[in-house]
Amino acid sequence: MNISEYIQLLFTDYTLRTITIGTAILGAVCGMLGSFAVLRKQSLLGDAISHAALPGIAIAFLITGTKDTNILLIGALISGLLGAFWIRQITSKTHLKSDTALGLILSIFFGVGMMLLTFIQKMPNANQAGLDKFLFGQAATLLAKDVWTLGIVSSICLVIVFTFWKEFKILLFDEAYAKTLGFNTQRIDAIITSFIVLAIILGLQTVGVVLMSAMLLAPAAAARQWTNKLSVMVFLAAIFGMFSGIFGTAISASQSNLSTGPVIVLVASVFVVFSFIFSPNRGILFKQIRLSQNRKDLQLNKTLQFMFEIVKTHKNISHPHTIKILNNFQGYTKRTLKKLEDKKYIEVNGQMWSMTKEGYHFSANLYNQDTSQNND
Amino acid sequence: MTQKKIAVAIDDLTVAYNYKPVLWDIDLEIPEGVLMAIVGPNGAGKSTLLKSILGIIEPVAGSVSVFEKSYESQRKKVAYVPQKGSVDWDFPTTALDVVMMGTYGSLGWIKRPGAKEKKASLEALEKVGMLAFRDRQISQLSGGQQQRIFLARALVQNAEIYFMDEPFQGVDATTEIAIINILKELRKLGKTVVVVHHDLQTVPEYFDWVTFLNVKKIATGPVKDIFNDDNLTKTYGINYKVSLLQ
Repeated sequence: MNISEYIQLLFTDYTLRTITIGTAILGAVCGMLGSFAVLRKQSLLGDAISHAALPGIAIAFLITGTKDTNILLIGALISGLLGAFWIRQITSKTHLKSDTALGLILSIFFGVGMMLLTFIQKMPNANQAGLDKFLFGQAATLLAKDVWTLGIVSSICLVIVFTFWKEFKILLFDEAYAKTLGFNTQRIDAIITSFIVLAIILGLQTVGVVLMSAMLLAPAAAARQWTNKLSVMVFLAAIFGMFSGIFGTAISASQSNLSTGPVIVLVASVFVVFSFIFSPNRGILFKQIRLSQNRKDLQLNKTLQFMFEIVKTHKNISHPHTIKILNNFQGYTKRTLKKLEDKKYIEVNGQMWSMTKEGYHFSANLYNQDTSQNND
Repeated sequence: MTQKKIAVAIDDLTVAYNYKPVLWDIDLEIPEGVLMAIVGPNGAGKSTLLKSILGIIEPVAGSVSVFEKSYESQRKKVAYVPQKGSVDWDFPTTALDVVMMGTYGSLGWIKRPGAKEKKASLEALEKVGMLAFRDRQISQLSGGQQQRIFLARALVQNAEIYFMDEPFQGVDATTEIAIINILKELRKLGKTVVVVHHDLQTVPEYFDWVTFLNVKKIATGPVKDIFNDDNLTKTYGINYKVSLLQ
């Protein structure tokens, strides 16, 4: 299936359209909230909460006996919140650090969840199959009403983020200071955390318990590479998340055997890898290029500085000197002389070189840069 | 000496982490308009004292009043400069934006900073000599510049009392002078400034009031009266001058 066929299908096929809109909204809201999680250094909180949701799904099924998604997700929400609450309690009441608390809660809850799932599968009841779809998610089960729920929750979330933008920002940057300004930081934190939990729970159906945290982290990590502004980062993360959802759905829909959740996560990872390599300021590629450029410049400047020291002793700055005089200095090559000539800092005439006015001025100020920057 | 008004009164303050007292039964009165250093060895509870006055840490016992009222009701009169290392400077924001955070307290919930707040923040940046760096991403600032940004953020709060946690830590001589000049200017305006300080050499030169702290309060008063060998020895457990000579 080629792209134009797919786009046509998107407009005619009701199911595909529903799933695409659903994953796009999910990706966007997860990217947005994920930025906050990443900046609070709570990247693993999402992972712990999504794993903690599993026993809730199983228990909700055991109690009600239905496979209605909404009821199962309410179970997931309760156990997810319980997990988040316990993590908070462990870190504040004991000596354990948050990574230990996260790891503990994640494995205990997930263990209980898996145990309950196997227990349910062995029950003599024809209705039990299919709960394990929450492990890796199944986008195909997204219905219009699920998408509506996603849309409504995301809109509320957007309004909240916009309303409490200032409060979120100061909490993320400097919590103690926010407290001294009179903000109830626990309340702000509770708002952020509960929305992260909500987004995770809504994502379980599509992406599943195991991979859900990637939906939060990957778009945010990618977005951080491109900007130094919080608002732009949050916006970009939402966009990356949205396109992960759209592309992921497209790829899995055109290759019938690929399940959607993992593909969405893989697309998000492509965003991450691309951003880590190619972003202009923080990306590895341009960093490396700048580094080698700086090294070359430094080499050049050192040569120029050496020449300047010689020139300085003469009244006429353009007085010619032999190139041999530079032999005391190890760093120069014919190429560096050529480059300096290209930059019009020196003139080379046979075996002689002389410095231009421009070159003299440039080298005189070469190492003053630091102090002038500090003073302004 | 004329009787000064008391800016901050601390009464029986005790703070403990896991049963080990960090601050023990501190009674302290800080007169209005002084520039006070809190000195003491590492682990003496200097930062903890500031944090518990500011309500960041919950004390086990004791109370703090600001201008004879509870601290909670007087928050807007108090500004805080935390230790530079307490935040992640790779946070995606600019110098100006950090300084603007100083206006958040008076704005309260939800309301966003506007033109007035921006103007005040730019003025504060100018005062600390950082106006040219206003749009710089904060990770691209040097340690001294970051410290100045924190100072500007407190200045923009336009408070009566300033608490500063080691503002001179890891800054060069130029920045140190710039900061101390601002502190002296604040005192001239009648503000009260309390600074956790490590460099004993500069205490007589920079400050007019000093508190010796080592879990308990050792002494507090004018530098010229109480900054002596006796109190230094009591606080640091060694004869400071004799040890210095060796």
